[in-house]
Amino acid sequence: MTTTLYTSDHEWLAIDGDVATVGITDYAQQQLGDVVFVELPKVGRALKKAEAAAVVESVKAASDVYAPVTGEVLATNPELAAEPALVNTDAQGKAWFFKIKIADKSELGGLMDEAAYKAHTA
Amino acid sequence: MPARDDETSLKRTPLHDLHVSLGGKMVPFAGYDMPVQYPAGVLKEHLHTRASAGLFDVSHMGQIALRPKSGKVEDAARALERLVPQDIVAIAPGRQRYAQFTNADGGILDDLMVANFGDHLFLVVNAACKGADEAHLRTHLSGDCVIDSLESRALIALQGPKAEAVLAKLCAEAPAMKFMDAGPHEVAGLPCFVSRSGYTGEDGFEISVPAADAERLARRLLDNPDVMPIGLGARDSLRLEVGLCLYGHDIDTTTTPVEAALEWSVQKSRRTAGARAGGFPGAAKILAHFDNGASRRRVGLRAEGRAPVREGALLFADATGGAPIGKVTSGGFGPSLNAPVAMGYVPTRLSALGTKLFAEVRGQFLPLTVAAMPFVKNTYKR
Repeated sequence: MTTTLYTSDHEWLAIDGDVATVGITDYAQQQLGDVVFVELPKVGRALKKAEAAAVVESVKAASDVYAPVTGEVLATNPELAAEPALVNTDAQGKAWFFKIKIADKSELGGLMDEAAYKAHTA
Repeated sequence: MPARDDETSLKRTPLHDLHVSLGGKMVPFAGYDMPVQYPAGVLKEHLHTRASAGLFDVSHMGQIALRPKSGKVEDAARALERLVPQDIVAIAPGRQRYAQFTNADGGILDDLMVANFGDHLFLVVNAACKGADEAHLRTHLSGDCVIDSLESRALIALQGPKAEAVLAKLCAEAPAMKFMDAGPHEVAGLPCFVSRSGYTGEDGFEISVPAADAERLARRLLDNPDVMPIGLGARDSLRLEVGLCLYGHDIDTTTTPVEAALEWSVQKSRRTAGARAGGFPGAAKILAHFDNGASRRRVGLRAEGRAPVREGALLFADATGGAPIGKVTSGGFGPSLNAPVAMGYVPTRLSALGTKLFAEVRGQFLPLTVAAMPFVKNTYKR
């Protein structure tokens, strides 16, 4: 059973047990415009909640992608590294950035569900 | 993001309503509310301009007529030569030339286009500098010229390989014009000033049109299926790909024309031993740079990876850091090249093509190579 939560910085995380798959929202990709480069974290890196974990560059600007929870990076998306434009075509699907092992599930309490995120971006 | 109250004080060009109706994403730029992109997005707008034709609103730029009090355009040309290192006298009627206003230190106050319209000179200057430029002209040239700010005119750029065919339908003279030809022509029956020029590296035209007719003309051009509206985002990536300087970034009051690699724009007549050598602000320093070289130089930079190296990135001679040797002044992703491109200043000894350098991006030292500009070949009709 997967639950999807959202951060106020426009990351989504799909939670399956103690693993979260992280990406940026469709709203965020629309704001960024054409994505031309992504920099992904190294597998094995220990991330703290709210720490800059990845970078997404559009034609015009670079933006940080923050770790939504504390934990260790388990995997990154090789397809995304090869084809950054996936962020524009399938932000909340194929264009996931990394998987993180959730260290402290209580951190999920501060995140938004889909309805709350929709209200946040309305 | 700018505060809301800033946005309300922004000026609007005569094409503002058109931008909004076309879905333009409006941002503050040089005091104006301008479209950074339309729904197609920067990448598609950029590639469309290179493949077909793009329409740009450049009405925020300043248009100034320099009218000689004597009635002789040569007198206005001689007067303007007191402020720029270019040979203005040699600009034939119906021709245009790129120039720079310099300061007493040899730095660049602004860059501009100067056209000879037969009885007066027509100048196009940068939006952010236009107030200062007009004051500068009034201070120094009022004895010889009437300085007339053409605030009731808009400026539309039509750029790309199909620009000629598109404009030919509205302006019979357009196809006969060559790169840097400029003069008054009717476009769609409107009294316009047309030059075959632009700032994208593509063949194209800039059309000065009375403000009241600007939207009608823009819509006529956009009615052509080959024409797409293009925002500031693609304007910037297009000019970067062809190595053209952006004022306030690649050139400013601290850079001389020689340091900026703009020697080509200064004719021999104004250089040491030329017929009208010197006589412009900062001539001693600029001519010394011509004669002895400058210690630093603007160069093109290509990265090995895909990460864009942007304005402000520090440049290093090796990957171990230490003291930076220079700085990137413009940089980003070149959609036509599908690769990052940048330009910046480096010590002249490190400016040779092929020199390996490093740029610091987020704490990493990315390898760069000094590369020839333009990165993309221009397609001017000479």
